[in-house]
Amino acid sequence: MSDISAQDSNYEANMGDYFALLKPRVMSLVVFTALVGLLVAPLPVHPFIGFVSILCIAVGAGASGALNMWWDADIDQLMKRTATRPIPSGRVEPGEALGIGLALSGFAVILLALATNFLAAFLLAFTIFFYAVVYSMFLKRATPQNIVIGGAAGAFPPMIGWAVATGGISIESILMFALIFMWTPPHFWALALFVKSDYGNAGVPMLTETHGRDATRRHVLIYTILLVPVALGLGITSIGGPIYMAVAVVMNAWFLKGAFDIYRRDDAACEADKHKVEIGVFKVSLYYLFAHFCALLLEAALRQYGLGGW
Amino acid sequence: MAIKVEHEVHGRRKNRNYGVLMLLIGFVGIVFGLTVVKVLQLGDARQFETFDHVARPQIVPEEGTE
Repeated sequence: MSDISAQDSNYEANMGDYFALLKPRVMSLVVFTALVGLLVAPLPVHPFIGFVSILCIAVGAGASGALNMWWDADIDQLMKRTATRPIPSGRVEPGEALGIGLALSGFAVILLALATNFLAAFLLAFTIFFYAVVYSMFLKRATPQNIVIGGAAGAFPPMIGWAVATGGISIESILMFALIFMWTPPHFWALALFVKSDYGNAGVPMLTETHGRDATRRHVLIYTILLVPVALGLGITSIGGPIYMAVAVVMNAWFLKGAFDIYRRDDAACEADKHKVEIGVFKVSLYYLFAHFCALLLEAALRQYGLGGW
Repeated sequence: MAIKVEHEVHGRRKNRNYGVLMLLIGFVGIVFGLTVVKVLQLGDARQFETFDHVARPQIVPEEGTE
């Protein structure tokens, strides 16, 4: 261990430290959306194969998280939010994170190919590549649009779940992808508006700092407007139905109203009520995604009893 | 003299070693479970034997016997 480490030299990383490399909180969203993608697909999957598939997708996502932490260790130690991660805090060596990331990526992709099909495995491999290489190595430090394009990595899991069941790609899986893809920017920028970030110290361009907070508010509104047709469009596909449509209409109206409220505000108003509106919209964005995917799940469950769907 | 292994590194690494043990057991369980599910999904029992990718003339039914 290097002598500049914050930990004493006798520290042995335990399993918890290695598990933290896999970004467990991100993994939970991946597991949920991948599971919905798998369950709403028209073809049934054997429960054990379904379980192994979700495990592979979760481990693959975790592996890309470990690779991201390996690459970003230099900037992670400069930011308060990330300084306690396993590598900057000295609990895990960078080389270990790289090894774990590569090994788990290989295991997850090969096991998914053997358990299900090559398309699902290819999509998982592409997701890992996209997050670890395209987002972490290129986009993140290069453009304030990093979160827009990088959001694709978080949008793939339901598409992989769908591919596990059907072996293909269809309009339903593309729209599930598009829903998360379009949702990520307004969700993230609403957060960026009220969290005091130190991305500037680390040299990471964030929209709030490169283009200002007014531009960010405008972006939140524009991306939320673009999100609406995607969410409603998913409702008229084979996996949608009246319940999904009702949920989508309510949640989109709620999110749009929030985005419009943000757009009309200025810094003085934000300071005055301690970012109450922005915090509220951020919470709505969380409910938004959860409600849409729960509604899809409900439609799929009802379809088994001859209900649900159009 | 009885062989005793008592180095402090064993104590420090206990958590990690048990973790790796659990992961290996889990991995073996997954591969075994997948094998069982995949083989049972073949349906026709005769396919179990042909699954080894080796030509076995003795299990190919002769013409006119079926």
